[in-house]
Order: sequence, then C-alpha cells, then structure tokens
Amino acid sequence: MIWKSLDDFIAMGGYGFYVWGSYLVTAVIITGEILMLRARRRAVDTSRRLQQSLSEQVNT
Amino acid sequence: MKLNWFKYAAPATFYPLAGKLIPWFAWSAAILAVAGLYLSFFVAPTDFQQGESYRIIFIHVPAAWMSMFIYLVMAGWAAAGLVFNTRLSSMMASALAPTGALFTFIALWTGALWGKPTWGAWWVWDARLTSELILLFLYLGFLALHASIDDPRRADRAGAVLALVGVVNVPIIYFSVKWWNTLHQGASVSMTMAPKMAATMLLGMLVMALACWMYSIAAALARVRCIILEREQQAEWIANLAKEPT
Repeated sequence: MIWKSLDDFIAMGGYGFYVWGSYLVTAVIITGEILMLRARRRAVDTSRRLQQSLSEQVNT
Repeated sequence: MKLNWFKYAAPATFYPLAGKLIPWFAWSAAILAVAGLYLSFFVAPTDFQQGESYRIIFIHVPAAWMSMFIYLVMAGWAAAGLVFNTRLSSMMASALAPTGALFTFIALWTGALWGKPTWGAWWVWDARLTSELILLFLYLGFLALHASIDDPRRADRAGAVLALVGVVNVPIIYFSVKWWNTLHQGASVSMTMAPKMAATMLLGMLVMALACWMYSIAAALARVRCIILEREQQAEWIANLAKEPT
C-alpha cells in the first residue's frame, strides 16, 4: 500500500494542491459538460413538444 | 456482402443508432475511469524523481492526446461534409468541437499545475505549450465562427475551412518537443524508468486514455442527437418521433 493514512493520501507527498487541483477541475469540467448536454436535450424536447401541440391546434 | 455505409449518413437512421450506442460508451467510460483512477492512485508507485506530483500525468497525457485526436476527427468530418455535402458529417464536426475544446483546456490546466512544482513556472512560452494554446483558440474559433453564421449549411462550410487550415497545428504540437528545444519533456515518459514502474504507470495512463475515448464518443453522440433535433425539427421523421416517448 502506497498510502499510510487518508491524510497521507490527501497530502500527496506535499503536492496535494497540484494533484487535486488537476483532478478536481477535470471532474468539474466533465460534470459540467454532462449537465450542459442534459440541459440542451431538455430545451430541444420542450420546443419539440411546443411545436407538436401547436401543429395539432392548427390541424383541428 | 455489401454494407451500405451511406445508410447511416442520413440523420434519420443515425439518430436511433446513436441513441442505442450512447449507454454502451458511457458505461465503458465510467468503468474504465474507475479502474484507471485505481491504477493511478493505488497501484502505480511513487516516482523516484518527481514524488507524487507526477500523478497528474494520468489525466494530463490522456487529455492532451484527446485534444489532438478529436481535432483530427473533427477536421475529417468537416472535410467529408465539405466534399460530399452530407449534413450529418458537418453535424459530427460541430458535436466534437466543444468536447475537444474542453480536453484542450484540461491539458493546459493540468499542465500548469504540473509545471509549477516541476519547472517552477505555471506557464512558459515554449513550442509545445504555445501550440497547444493555439489548438484551444482553433476550437474556440471554429465554435465562434459556426455560431456567428445563421444559415447552418453556410456555417458548416466556413467552419470546415477553418478546421482544415488548423490541422497543420496538430503535427506541430506533436513534434514540437523534437523540432525545438522545449522545456516540455519528450514523449518517452515511461522509457527512462525501471521496467516494472513503467508497466503499471503506462497501464494506468492507457486505461485513463481509453476512458477519455469512450467518454468523448458518448458526449459527441449525445450532442449530435441534440444538433439533429435542433436542425431538422421540420422533418417528418422527427414529427413522428415526437409521438413516441423520448
């Protein structure tokens, strides 16, 4: 085992700021992209539903 | 046996195929990322020169690879859209650009956080770093140019020309460490270390790279499905799609 304790793991041999700064920002970016894709998808679906109901109103 | 590839060049046939593929790529990405992170933090040993700071490599190198590779794939799709005038090819190029830009940013960000403890500087204007920064601007330029033109097909063509001109930057990034005397190290990260260390380090890096690949494919497919719906709202097959649950 490389790490003696959780503190040891977080400290990363004194490089914790750099190592976790890299991984945290990456995690935030990836999560952000997934959330933005979901939001974009929801926006498209909403506008499609709107169009659908509008065209049904016009046709009846 | 003749496989008709052009069948899937139509958004109407590609859309459901992409929808079926996304969960496979997304789950592969998640599983590979867990395995890759485990290897990166619990199996790969401490580097005798850089200590624990080298663990940034497991995200930095895969992100840098992706930034260049996605650009080539994006330019390839853009070129196909330009030559064959296929809508879906250009949509694929647009779908890849944001993910490529994000990986470029991650490569630069993690590079800065690795550079500070290793070189004593967040940033230096050396050939490798500068050409990677230009890559980020190429992605942003492609996105901005595409967004600035209202007619989507004209935006596709303008973006494709920019993407193709920018391709020249990719070999410059890749070979920059050979062509110029850079502060950035060469490509042989694993070659100079003891074989056993190299094996687990290299494995961690490759698994993380695979995870990034799977993630990029899933993200691009999810985005291209949005683009298809946005652009082809008036098409009949999409109107029929609306009757089914999404």
